[in-house]
Amino acid sequence: MYAFTYQRPTTLADAATAIQAEEAKLLGGGQTLLPTLKQRLARPTDLIDLGAIPELKGIRETDGGLEIGAFTRHAEVAHSDLVKRVIPALASLAEGIGDRQVRNMGTMGGSIANADPSADYPSAVVALKGTVTTDRRSIAGDDFFTGMFETALEPGEIVKSVRFARPDKAAYAKFRNPASRYAIVGVFVAKFGAEVRVAVTGAAGSVFRATAFETALAADFRAEALNGLSVEADGLNADIHASADYRAHLVAVMAKRAVEAAG
Amino acid sequence: MSCTVSMTVNGKTVSREVEERTLLVTFLREHLGLTGTHVGCDTSQCGACVVHVDGRSVKSCTTLAVQANGTAVTTIEGLAAADGTLHPMQAAFREHHGLQCGFCTPGMVMSAVDLVRENPNPTEAEIREGLEGNICRCTGYHNIVKAVKAGADAMAGAQATPVAAE
Repeated sequence: MYAFTYQRPTTLADAATAIQAEEAKLLGGGQTLLPTLKQRLARPTDLIDLGAIPELKGIRETDGGLEIGAFTRHAEVAHSDLVKRVIPALASLAEGIGDRQVRNMGTMGGSIANADPSADYPSAVVALKGTVTTDRRSIAGDDFFTGMFETALEPGEIVKSVRFARPDKAAYAKFRNPASRYAIVGVFVAKFGAEVRVAVTGAAGSVFRATAFETALAADFRAEALNGLSVEADGLNADIHASADYRAHLVAVMAKRAVEAAG
Repeated sequence: MSCTVSMTVNGKTVSREVEERTLLVTFLREHLGLTGTHVGCDTSQCGACVVHVDGRSVKSCTTLAVQANGTAVTTIEGLAAADGTLHPMQAAFREHHGLQCGFCTPGMVMSAVDLVRENPNPTEAEIREGLEGNICRCTGYHNIVKAVKAGADAMAGAQATPVAAE
């Protein structure tokens, strides 16, 4: 690891100032950033640890659902009685991220800001009508993820919290890589009244909505409603773990499992 | 670029001047001489380095020492009683031959203790899920899982279930 200067601001305003330094990086739980630094794949001059900022922490119930602070660790989301009560599918998703030790350190804000194409949380942000609040503005979940490891965040912009709408029914089904436990394909299905959202992670460069699935499920919220439907394999990820065709197949399988799990 | 890091390690307050990029595992092994915490990979995947920070298991190779500033850290050296009596989980690993070469064992034990803290009576499936962050290169998982089950029973004060054919 190259040398850097470590800073641990206690207010969001101080963090916003510190991140202006050239080549500064924000540090959440560090479960992606620290392995990257260990491999010398990045060379930040400053690491701004967000772990001492009270404004970034906590899980609150809102009118329409939940608001979760950016520096909330995956294990906290997974074990929160509030999350289990309001959006149990979100708690269940969090419990499936990485391994215990990753969940004890990794944070929601870190995960979505990193926007790994195989990360789990992006599917929830999109399917649960998420809104990402930063130190500058609010960004709709549908607009937040713009590409592989790319988001709508501007340089130095800090994620404060994520709001999730409470669905009538929801579930996340994941076909995971057994070694990394990242999603080869993960599908989050959420039903809000007559509206259904189906968000797919792992399959493409960035999370996307399977709109044909949404239409079919809005008419008939049963796994059978997806019979015969598939997503186009063109443009999906292909690597040593799964071909694009296999991923396309998995999207339909995982969507059906999610619908069944949602009940 | 150095800074002062202070924390409680196995009940003792320690304070050292370290480079800011120092990993917690480096701090424990090289600055404090606590070499029971192992480094098995450079990629944050193997779990040999698992310690407890404020009671929760973390990979000390994927935590900066400064991130643990002000916390209470427990390493494998801190599990046994002062008189040398093994922690029930350590005793269960010995009893059930939950190790082959032993390199992964400190991380396995620390992960297992954290798992049982949260789930005092884990099923075999829950144990296997709970140990996903720990890799045994000898592939000795079968007896590790038995050891964790027995260790959980012992920690709960119940009689360890007899295990045949190990």
